[in-house]
Amino acid sequence: MRKRRALLTPAIVLTLAAAAGCHKKAPPPPPPPPPQAAPAPAKPTINYFTAEPSTITSGESATLRWSVTNATTVEIDNGIGQVSPDGRRAVTPTATTEYTLTATNAGGTSTATATVTVSIPPPPAAPPAQPSATPAQILAQQVHDIHFDYDKSDIRPSEEPIVQQDAAALKQIFAMDPNFSVTVEGHCDERGSAEYNLALGDRRAESVKNALVSMGVPASNLKTISYGKERPLCTESTEECWARNRRVHFSAGQ
Amino acid sequence: MRFFVTCFLTLIGFGWLAGKQQPQITGVITHPGKPLIAVTEFRASGGAASLMSAFNDTVMNDLQSSPLVNFVPRTLYPLQVPQTASQLIPGVAVPGTPINGLRLTDWSLPPVSAGYLGFGYGAEDRGMLVIFGWFYSTDPHIPTLQQAQVFGRVYTASLDQAGAIDAGHRYAADILAVFGGKSLVGTRIVFVSNRSGAKEIWVMNWDGTNQKQLTHYGSISTFPSASPDGHIVAFTTYAPGYPAIRMISIDTGRQLPFYNQRASMNAFVTFTPDSKHVIYSSTAGGGPAQLYMANIDGSNFHRITDSGAIEVEAKINPKTGTDLVDTSGRSGLPQIYHMNLEGTDVRRLSAGTGEAVNPSWSPDGDHIAFAWTKGFDPGNYNIFVMDVVSGELTQLTSNEGRNENPSWAPDGLHIVYSSKRGRDSQIWVMNADGSGKHPLTQIGYNEKPVWVNAEK
Repeated sequence: MRKRRALLTPAIVLTLAAAAGCHKKAPPPPPPPPPQAAPAPAKPTINYFTAEPSTITSGESATLRWSVTNATTVEIDNGIGQVSPDGRRAVTPTATTEYTLTATNAGGTSTATATVTVSIPPPPAAPPAQPSATPAQILAQQVHDIHFDYDKSDIRPSEEPIVQQDAAALKQIFAMDPNFSVTVEGHCDERGSAEYNLALGDRRAESVKNALVSMGVPASNLKTISYGKERPLCTESTEECWARNRRVHFSAGQ
Repeated sequence: MRFFVTCFLTLIGFGWLAGKQQPQITGVITHPGKPLIAVTEFRASGGAASLMSAFNDTVMNDLQSSPLVNFVPRTLYPLQVPQTASQLIPGVAVPGTPINGLRLTDWSLPPVSAGYLGFGYGAEDRGMLVIFGWFYSTDPHIPTLQQAQVFGRVYTASLDQAGAIDAGHRYAADILAVFGGKSLVGTRIVFVSNRSGAKEIWVMNWDGTNQKQLTHYGSISTFPSASPDGHIVAFTTYAPGYPAIRMISIDTGRQLPFYNQRASMNAFVTFTPDSKHVIYSSTAGGGPAQLYMANIDGSNFHRITDSGAIEVEAKINPKTGTDLVDTSGRSGLPQIYHMNLEGTDVRRLSAGTGEAVNPSWSPDGDHIAFAWTKGFDPGNYNIFVMDVVSGELTQLTSNEGRNENPSWAPDGLHIVYSSKRGRDSQIWVMNADGSGKHPLTQIGYNEKPVWVNAEK
């Protein structure tokens, strides 16, 4: 074979020379390089791995972007898992998180990181005052009865906090609706005479009204009435029932 | 029994044959020193016959329950009785003549020994019951029969049981009037009842009959009082939206004008004896209820008290018209105070212990009836009577419920009051000494009775 080849080569050269005009004899072409050994494979190339924005406040999202070449698997940690070589993913970390992208091929592993920083959110603005309850509802739910000792109309010290709470709630009511009227009702237990109790109930209503007015509740929105012992809450002849009935109660309107 | 009594009396009466008309000993004595009255059983014929037992029982009961007289039992009476004045035989019988019942001496002497004799008969006349009733003094010193007659009257009534009873009341009242008794005939009692579904003012006759609703407000109406002339009922009602005073005519129920001061409470009206002015309680001054005086229509009001304590239930003295009693908190728990109509000369009448409330004057101004817990638990009320001058106390009720709101009858001999037993409250009447208690109402919750004079 060598012989044939050796013959062939000059033949081509002569042809070429003849074609070239037969000027000179062309230099022989360089021989092809000898076959090389297979080279060692390269690791994947992570072109980029970013988080935008890199700083968020709690509850906001950031977007991870990446591009990887020459990888057989690409994974991102923190629960994201396997991904395609090029991609993007929104994340909503609740705390500062460093994401690690791991690209793997036969040549090895390449990693890159991207950090999303979560800043402490500023305190929320105070919620606006919500008048979701009506004056009548506030009256029924927040303005509580005041109780008295037998044959007494003065407010005993243990009842003072209730009077103060009632004053606050009433002021709120009348600020919401300056035309709203509240009746301060005086009541007595069954034991005294009905005649004396009519006047005693009146003293109790008056006593509470005076206390409320001194705490800033507008007097013109308060009316007083005594029911004596005509409107008891309960009728048992017990200390417990009598104490319940010795009261001032607040009702809407006149 | 009758034989024994007759023998006994004959022995006793032997020493009295001189003709004393009011011996000290007789068959029954309930009120020493009081006149002895005999009243026969009236009879009738025709349609009136069956009604006479109701008439006779009523007369006897009314006379027996009165402390003004002593009623001689009919078992002592002669078998024969006069039916008309013309049947009376004048003069004294010849000694030894048997008693025939037609001489006044047959009644003045033992065994009857009565100082007075009532007799008569009934009849039906044009569809009505007609009772002829006479009343004589048996005093033998009176020279003629004509002069011995105290009265002779005709009583007309409906021809039924109610009419017979009514005639009986009237005849007995006329007899008692001879001895100073003020009759209860025509008097009424106003009270509070809830039987219509709300507390309203009601009225009934003094004996509990004919109970009628006077107000129809459907609210709370209570604390009634009445004018001395018997025409007006005053009370307190929540009908206008707060406790206020209203006045109505007792006959028509028509509302009369009354000016209420601007106040959280106006209540507890009392009238002057001439029914022209009133005193009542009001919070118009801004503090505890105080007493105010005004004209009967509420005009020209002015304040009487300024105690700084609760003043309620003023009651003007019906005899003098110059002083009053009320319930006051000026010494702590309610007590009864006395003062003049200017609010001066104040003194406490009640003892100062427990709670004393609901004062009521006797018609003669000598006594106050009231309700008192007397050192018992609060709410344990009984009726007491106090002599206003001496302070002497008598307890009229005990161990029979919660007893309140006493009110004297115009005759000064009876007291109406309310008694609450458990959850039930009724109107009761008793004699002014506490005897003879009986209820007048049964239906509903009844309270706060006030005795009203017959209309003048």
